[in-house]
Amino acid sequence: MHSEDKPNNEDSTGRLTRRSFLSQIGAAGVTVTAAPLVARAHSATAPAKTTTSATEKVESAVPITLSVNGESVRVEVDPRTTLLDALRETLSLTGTKKGCDHGQCGACTVHVNGRRINSCLTLAIMHEGDSITMIEGLGDPGNLHPMQASFVEHDGYQCGYCTSGQIMSAVALLKEPCGASDADVKELMSGNICRCGAYPNIVAAIQHVRQQA
Amino acid sequence: MELFTYTRATDAAQAVNSATNKDVRFVAGGTTLLDLMKLDVERPRQLIDINRIGLDTVEKLPNGSLRIGALVRNSDLAHHSIVQSDYSVLSQALLSGASAQLRNMATTGGNLLQRTRCMYFRNTAMPCNKRTPGTGCSAIEGDNRTLAILGASNDCIATNPSDMNVALTALEAVITVRGSAGTRDVPIGDFHLLPGNTPHIETVLVPGDLVTHVTLPAPRPNSKQVYLKLRDRASYEFALASAAIVAEVSGGNITFIRIALGGVGTKPWRSHEAEADLLHRPADIATFRRAADAALRGAHPQSENGFKVELAKRCITHALTLATQSA
Repeated sequence: MHSEDKPNNEDSTGRLTRRSFLSQIGAAGVTVTAAPLVARAHSATAPAKTTTSATEKVESAVPITLSVNGESVRVEVDPRTTLLDALRETLSLTGTKKGCDHGQCGACTVHVNGRRINSCLTLAIMHEGDSITMIEGLGDPGNLHPMQASFVEHDGYQCGYCTSGQIMSAVALLKEPCGASDADVKELMSGNICRCGAYPNIVAAIQHVRQQA
Repeated sequence: MELFTYTRATDAAQAVNSATNKDVRFVAGGTTLLDLMKLDVERPRQLIDINRIGLDTVEKLPNGSLRIGALVRNSDLAHHSIVQSDYSVLSQALLSGASAQLRNMATTGGNLLQRTRCMYFRNTAMPCNKRTPGTGCSAIEGDNRTLAILGASNDCIATNPSDMNVALTALEAVITVRGSAGTRDVPIGDFHLLPGNTPHIETVLVPGDLVTHVTLPAPRPNSKQVYLKLRDRASYEFALASAAIVAEVSGGNITFIRIALGGVGTKPWRSHEAEADLLHRPADIATFRRAADAALRGAHPQSENGFKVELAKRCITHALTLATQSA
């Protein structure tokens, strides 16, 4: 602790300091507003993951089982929880990003049954029985998916916020009918926006993987 | 978003029987519905998930027509081999719309019922007769650049944004609807309604009705089909003006013609006026321009979209040129 703090946590005029106020109400106080769209997660194969909101009871929560990156996970979610929020907030899989929350930017792109979709425009409860893959399930630092490796090699990102959506979208594109040209790739990737403008390198990264196949 | 109860229907009959009031919504792809629920424009009390009721196949019927299940995804429909070979305008229209992700989610039935993109409809702080009858139309005196010049009324000028609907209109599709009283077929031209003084009523559906199929007539193997979409961006953007053409030419004359317009009408706009000026006429630029003029003769530009009149004419002319030039 800082030596200049007075023993009774008051500043020189005797008022309560910010630091002491926050330490007194503790972490629980700042999560109250996180309800009611908060949910709890229990992995079928691992100890329950904790989130800041795990201590709040959600009256409207319903239990569902999701298959996420090959693992079966049981969660309780408010029915209004989008698949995106279930992944990020409930399961703490924050690799998938929320850009616009209205299906207009593609940052939330994940695979459901092998197809790319915008996870912000679908509800978690709608996907029981579906196989959901997101960026964490594609590869990891020691074992990158070829598309991830190509994005690194071709410098296909700047801030990185759109990148997981770009990569998920690009991997799905490999299995869709797509012409050979850069223009064809741009058209089929038009659902993924990059505010940094890394588009030329994104296209190059994708074409590199396509040409390897 | 308002809380709702969520149930899954196992078949069409159960879905229809469960949807007993106007606060129930079917959800399939959810790309329009969830978008609007997040904006509080849609506030259903109950969602019935119809993703598992089947109705997800494309079948050629014995009489040659093509029956498309309401749950067929837009991407699957666009890439279907029969659609690509025999109903190419539909494939072109679908692939011009939205993004790959959205096309993977969106369904035939959902696209048919897609809601307007009018910014005032989508903003609960603004008066909107379509969203809340009787409150007025903010667009007529406001920002109406993307809104309608055909089929508008003093109560509503909202455009129908779907590309698929325009192609289906040119193909003269028939919509099969299952309701509590049974099943009926509705020609697409009768399915969507003009706003008039009831803009909140967009189609002939009543609560409980479920679109089950869209059926296309037997193909016309000699037809040339084009969907031309003009818009501010090259992709992932709605139409400012679009045209779907199904044309047959023989001996230099147009022997069969269907034209529908998008981006300019309050409903997908079948242009009988243009068709009358094209049938049995030579397939040349003078004919096309005359027909384009006829198509837009009844147009009422709004304060900010007068450019659409000329844009739509050129869209028609160019689409006809593309459709009728030799392969």
